[in-house]
Amino acid sequence: MIRVTIRQFRTEGIVGFALLAALAVVLAVTGPHLAHVYDAFQSSCRAARDCAATTNPVLKMDQPLQSALPFIVILAPALVGLFFGAPLIARELEAGTYRLAWTQSVTRGHWLAIKLGVIGVAAMALCGLITWMANWWQSPLDAVNQNRFGVANFSLLGIAPIGYAAFAFALGAAAGVVLRRTVAAIAVTAVGFTAARLAVTYWVRPHLASPIHESLPLSTGSGPGFLYGDSQGTMDYNAYIQSGGPTPRVGQVVLTAPQVNVPNGWAYLTTAVDEAGRAPTSHYLFQACPVLKQFSKPQQPLQSPAALQACISRLTSTFHTVLTYQPANRFWPFQWAEMGIFLTAALALCGLAYWWLRRQYA
Amino acid sequence: MSAVLEASGLGKRYGHKWALSECTLAISSGKVVGLVGPNGAGKTTLLQLSVGLLRPDAGSIAVLGGHPGTGPVQLSRVGFVAPDTPTYSGLSIRDHLWLGAMMNPSWDGKLAESRIDKLGLDPSQKAGKLSGGQRAQLALTMAVAKRPQLLLLDEPVASLDPLARREFLQGLMEVVAEHGASVILSSHLVGDLERVCDYLVVLVDSRVRVAGDIDELLACHYLLTGPRRDHGDLPSDEHVVSESHTDKQSTFVVRTDGPILDPSWSVEQLDLEDLVLAYMAHAIEQDRRPKLEVHS
Repeated sequence: MIRVTIRQFRTEGIVGFALLAALAVVLAVTGPHLAHVYDAFQSSCRAARDCAATTNPVLKMDQPLQSALPFIVILAPALVGLFFGAPLIARELEAGTYRLAWTQSVTRGHWLAIKLGVIGVAAMALCGLITWMANWWQSPLDAVNQNRFGVANFSLLGIAPIGYAAFAFALGAAAGVVLRRTVAAIAVTAVGFTAARLAVTYWVRPHLASPIHESLPLSTGSGPGFLYGDSQGTMDYNAYIQSGGPTPRVGQVVLTAPQVNVPNGWAYLTTAVDEAGRAPTSHYLFQACPVLKQFSKPQQPLQSPAALQACISRLTSTFHTVLTYQPANRFWPFQWAEMGIFLTAALALCGLAYWWLRRQYA
Repeated sequence: MSAVLEASGLGKRYGHKWALSECTLAISSGKVVGLVGPNGAGKTTLLQLSVGLLRPDAGSIAVLGGHPGTGPVQLSRVGFVAPDTPTYSGLSIRDHLWLGAMMNPSWDGKLAESRIDKLGLDPSQKAGKLSGGQRAQLALTMAVAKRPQLLLLDEPVASLDPLARREFLQGLMEVVAEHGASVILSSHLVGDLERVCDYLVVLVDSRVRVAGDIDELLACHYLLTGPRRDHGDLPSDEHVVSESHTDKQSTFVVRTDGPILDPSWSVEQLDLEDLVLAYMAHAIEQDRRPKLEVHS
């Protein structure tokens, strides 16, 4: 039955693994050079004591591949769901060949289990290899960017994509069993997979572990800034605008926390608060720093940065920065957890397909 | 003789509609059974229940003494050819035979290859490129190469031209003669069945109307034509299958074990087609009767 499954999967399998081989060739040809340039720059910049990330030449190398690779890694699981998973059973139900398959000397439960197992492992292997190759290729870039835990990058790295592949595949297969139509199963898989990925990324992943709250001086990093609510929008001074951060009402001013880099960590939010955890009110800020009133006269360039700096220095004694983040050493536990979530969901979908096939086609 | 198929009060429902209900039937082994009835009578449902593609919602069914489709052994004992004889269009004939060999421990590779060879088919040909008749032959080959004890064929020739139909049935008969499996073959065309079957089951409106050896059925059914009279006037041992009347004349199809004694009848034997039609017509009349009462 395993050999039968592989034989029936031949076309998709050949296409999938041929694309993998093509990608492997491209990456193998360009990768070593990228790594070499990175190493060369690292040794020379260390000697010159200036290893600023922005000047690293690897960032400007193989630009098309650099921009394409994330798409390949992010799309690969979806594609195995659409082209391995969705047609797997739906095509048999659509063409009526299930009546041929299920009347051989193999029970349909066994038949389904082998199909899901063999092709599911192939889907996971394919996406795992693509991700692993891409990660290998871009490791110099990751070393420069120091942003492995970022919301977008996290999904492109490590083992999580293996979970995505298993889930997309199982979703496609289960949708095919339930809907009996390949095209409908493809549509459901595309929508369902996208929704699941977004939901986990934005609603589940941030809660996998309580983030660390770390107090830092107000003048950390880029230093604090101000946002003023203008009738036409907001005006800012050195403000690091982040989602979830404070936004001023019209005529009011807020203190914004500095931008803090957590290398390879995942910073949720930085806030500027006092000992009791309260942000300064607009009223307080105008009183403490009368120079902020110049915001209310629009179309004028900001005056007296020195006075603003003095004001920031005064605020520093009362307020501090609270950084909320996941540290870099939680990267792998998060990867395992995310893969586990998707693998569990994939198994549940396989169970649904199995149950449905035995109940609804009986 | 043991029963290859034994159904008791068997029923299958789709939503609220019963596709098959109260089907009670026993077919002994070694027969070639024709399952006949109009479209929608439940033939496909009965056969799919027999092979385990469906499970009953009422009653019970035993095939070769086991529950249909419940395990590899049971599956290996029953060969099945589905309507429109589905095959994998992207796979060649050789691939199909390989598939059969992989999925059936009892596979008879020699039988399969010699059949394909005898049919003059090219084993490297893709199933999608075969004619309907060739595809049906491939499906039959797959079913018989399992060496089943019971072969179920669901309208295998419905979409074939007369020549391909004849060839298919001939092939079927050869296999049966050679390997001696019991066969249940469904069709809505009596002519097909007459040539190959020795036992007949008429299924109308999801119920078994009549079942028996074809020779016996033909011997005990008569077409009576004579002056008009009511069916109540017939002797009690003459069971009326169907009747039709004009102003002066009545025609009955009756079933009786004894001879027809009334000299006022002109008595004729029925052929199989007329016999089946009589049973189908009877069922249709019964259905219509209450409706007519409501409207009159």
